[in-house]
Amino acid sequence: MTSHAWLLLGFFLLVLLTLIKPLGIYIADVMEGRSTWALRLGDPIESATYRLCGVRKNEEMGWLHYALAILLFNGLGVLAVYALQRLQLWLPLNPQQLGNVSPDSAFNTAVSFVTNTNWQGYAGESTMSYLTQMLALTVQNFLSAATGIVVAIALIRGFARHTAQSVGNAWVDLTRITFYVLLPLALAFAVVLVSQGAIQNFAAYQDVTTLENATQTLAMGPVASQEAIKMIGTNGGGFFNANSAHPFENPTPLTNFFQMLAIFLIPGALCHTFGRLVGDARQGWAVLAAMTILFVVAALAVIYFEQQGNPLFAAAGVDQAASATQAGGNMEGKETRFGIADSGLFAAITTSASCGAVIAMHDSFTPLGGLAPLILMQLGEVVFGGVGSGLYGMLVFAIMAVFIAGLMIGRTPEYLGKKIEAYEMKMTSIAILVTPLLVLGGTAVAVMTVSGRAGIFNPGAHGFSEVLYAFTSVGNNNGSAFAGLSANTPFYNVLLAIAMWFGRLAVIVPVLAMAGSLAAKKRLAATAGTLPTHGPLFVTLLIGTVLLVGLLNYVPALALGPVVEHLMLWAGH
Amino acid sequence: MKTLIRPALTLFILLSILTGLVYPLLVTGIGQALFPKEAAGSLIERDGKPVGSRLIGQNFTDPKYFWGRPSATGPYPNNAVASSGSNLGPLNPALKEAVENRVKALRAADPGNTMPVPVDLVTASASGLDPHISPAAAEYQVTRVARARGLASETVRNWVAQHTEDRQWEIFGEPRVNVLKLNLALDRSQAEKHP
Repeated sequence: MTSHAWLLLGFFLLVLLTLIKPLGIYIADVMEGRSTWALRLGDPIESATYRLCGVRKNEEMGWLHYALAILLFNGLGVLAVYALQRLQLWLPLNPQQLGNVSPDSAFNTAVSFVTNTNWQGYAGESTMSYLTQMLALTVQNFLSAATGIVVAIALIRGFARHTAQSVGNAWVDLTRITFYVLLPLALAFAVVLVSQGAIQNFAAYQDVTTLENATQTLAMGPVASQEAIKMIGTNGGGFFNANSAHPFENPTPLTNFFQMLAIFLIPGALCHTFGRLVGDARQGWAVLAAMTILFVVAALAVIYFEQQGNPLFAAAGVDQAASATQAGGNMEGKETRFGIADSGLFAAITTSASCGAVIAMHDSFTPLGGLAPLILMQLGEVVFGGVGSGLYGMLVFAIMAVFIAGLMIGRTPEYLGKKIEAYEMKMTSIAILVTPLLVLGGTAVAVMTVSGRAGIFNPGAHGFSEVLYAFTSVGNNNGSAFAGLSANTPFYNVLLAIAMWFGRLAVIVPVLAMAGSLAAKKRLAATAGTLPTHGPLFVTLLIGTVLLVGLLNYVPALALGPVVEHLMLWAGH
Repeated sequence: MKTLIRPALTLFILLSILTGLVYPLLVTGIGQALFPKEAAGSLIERDGKPVGSRLIGQNFTDPKYFWGRPSATGPYPNNAVASSGSNLGPLNPALKEAVENRVKALRAADPGNTMPVPVDLVTASASGLDPHISPAAAEYQVTRVARARGLASETVRNWVAQHTEDRQWEIFGEPRVNVLKLNLALDRSQAEKHP
């Protein structure tokens, strides 16, 4: 760890924690329809939207109604994204005349962007027309983010309300989060990105004659607008194949810092929104503390191991030591302007949150530098996690934690004054177990079949890690990859799409069911026997539960991949 | 269910138009009004013709030019319509071989140079389009470029220093040298002396 890396991490956390409170309050006010300047300003457009849609904004929905609305809205998204890709050749804004996308790839991408996974089996600059990038992909960058957030808000209402039959109005929630939070943030961020060099145009690809008299064709497009919401909505699907490593997406170290902040901004702020809406800010800070501790440990691990470099290069006379004139370390698959500290920090952020954007190629990381991102995803994307999905995922673990504590002391578990009973525990179990089932089941199927093994790029244990990483990433809706895996085949496109769909909706539906059941319960007063859920004891218990469940599920698989590779790489050194 | 279909459809279409058409067009309008050069790709012109983008690395093989990061794009390096890293794992024999070959090529181009080779000069970048090298990687190439151009090493070193950017705001990223801008400056300085 260089002193620069410590400074960068410290500064990042400082800025992030400063922004969390005001944004958390703002989101709470907007989602609860409290009279704020933003709602007053937007009221004419908001009211017109409801009139056009036939929505009565004070009409509330029960959880089932809410869940159906979300499913229907997401289903329409899949159809639209699929159709636009299949028809793009005949639609406008396609200066490169890019052909229609194949059915299996289009299906995979449609599910991928609707579920906020943004796994990419295709290379953007040679596959997607500008219209597809905007009207299919950018739209879902917004709407999948909105979906995650409103589900988290519905769960918060489950805790905040008592003896209530409803959890909110899905249409109003989706409209408000898009109008008042996602759009303004994205617009401001996009302009900052352009100012630093992210491109934003509709020109055909530009030919230049290089200094050595070769022709270089530069890919163009409306990049900055998609880039901004890609980070703010923890989506992660790049305009270009190289994602945020591409200089036109992420031109400078400054834009990179903003991208990192943008990923954690809403997941962090929602913790405070949660504390505020349940009437006890300390509850939100406790959840945030658990997330931050897990994140910092992982970030330090990635930076440390990437700075170690590759022992196999030493014999060739390669200088990998950090100095004033070079970052050193494992620079394969990394950009010079980002070096090791920024690349390591970004990798931890993008896999803590279910973002999946990358500024360095994770496939080329050192074995343990790549292990940390894998584990962060395998914990269920609850370390900050995706927008909304990180918070509802972590609250599911909080329920699990109070349940375990209840078993230890022989009391009926309670969380925030709500009794946790058999129904909640069933929903919790489904939400926690569905992703390991998809990840480990999918990996097993892929390594046992010829079509699965055909996609593997790197030999040995690393090849297994590629497959494990792919299913870990899609099952937890992250979207980053050990990108050597050739996943744009019918086998992977279909199997991964199934994992993405259930990894998302088989969690959302039980979470909403739990929201409904919790909202209907009475609120119990805290007594001397109640486990406080805002102190260090609970934070420790929560971290322990997350680690216990995550590691019990995945240690054997991790041992076969990155751990074996690490031992082989350093054997004899 | 029926009560859900109309709001679902209408809201989906409305939000699609807003976030998928109005929003990107608005960013394009603002971007092109305030930062027209950046929005168009930060192109660099010489004699009125675009010779590249300051953000996109080019392939340099001539000894008189500084060379950039190795590029793993296919089918040829620095292909700016197919950005990609190598995705080679740390233990992959192909990676070790590629690095050893790059070291050999650098040594062959400058036989007297015994400095250790900076790692970023022999490892492929993430995008395949990295416009920068580290100051160490530039320093390693100074003697070769100076010899090929018939310049004193000190002169070339000065040009490198002028094109070295520090960490942004002293904390973000790493010190770096923009290869295309440096090579252009060297060409221009010699063209002025020998018109």
